Amino acid sequence: MSDAMTEPTATPDDAAGDPTDSPSSDSSTTDISPTSLPVQGEPVEYMISLDIAKRGLLIAPIIVAVCALIWGSEGAAGAAVGIGLVIANFLLSAALVSGAARISLGLMMGAVLFGYALRLGLIFLVIVLVRDEPWISLPALGATIIATHLGLLMWELRYVAINLAHPGLAPKQAKS
Amino acid sequence: MEALSILAQVAEPADFGPIGAGIGYGLAAIGPGIGIGYIVGKSVEAMARQPESAGMVRTTMFLGVAFTEAIALIGFVVAMLVQ
Repeated sequence: MSDAMTEPTATPDDAAGDPTDSPSSDSSTTDISPTSLPVQGEPVEYMISLDIAKRGLLIAPIIVAVCALIWGSEGAAGAAVGIGLVIANFLLSAALVSGAARISLGLMMGAVLFGYALRLGLIFLVIVLVRDEPWISLPALGATIIATHLGLLMWELRYVAINLAHPGLAPKQAKS
Repeated sequence: MEALSILAQVAEPADFGPIGAGIGYGLAAIGPGIGIGYIVGKSVEAMARQPESAGMVRTTMFLGVAFTEAIALIGFVVAMLVQ
């Protein structure tokens, strides 16, 4: 995770022109709504989601092994599907938000709200498709979805909280 | 009265499990929907007022939305298991 999440970004005034700075500004520049301008800066959502996905793949074998011990091979399959769903959910959410933010602030709000309904619908669809399969355990799938989603978020929040509290002091990998 | 008791014995018990699960999940999705709308609305307002803090606001917004969405996921999983 980089410091881009907390660093100040360029303002929309750079693109639209600051009407207070130039005395010759006309009404066409002052009519631009901030919500119709793209959000400046790096796609922080995508960076967070990539971090979460990396950590999810890191702990996936452990979760699958634990579920296999409790529920058997069906539990392992349920855990694998659950982890895949959670990671895909984060990546799809980030792609929607970051893509919409490049277009405009107002579209970003619509993308978040539409994305919420879309992603819940996709999760519902996947679970309806696999729920009657004999090779999957539903309790393992449900427990994995909840535990992985919350666990990965808490793990990521630890780094983001440090970064927000002390910009520039975020943990970084040591250079070899 | 006797006919009613005969009917009650003959009639099979209705399976309200899927209906109850659907209603429960629908109710569980309302709260997170309101919460996410509130979070994103306030974040957009903050970014429109102070575009230079957009990076920090977007980070907080994304994590807030993800945490709120966890409530909907919990409701969904519970409805799926109870059914």
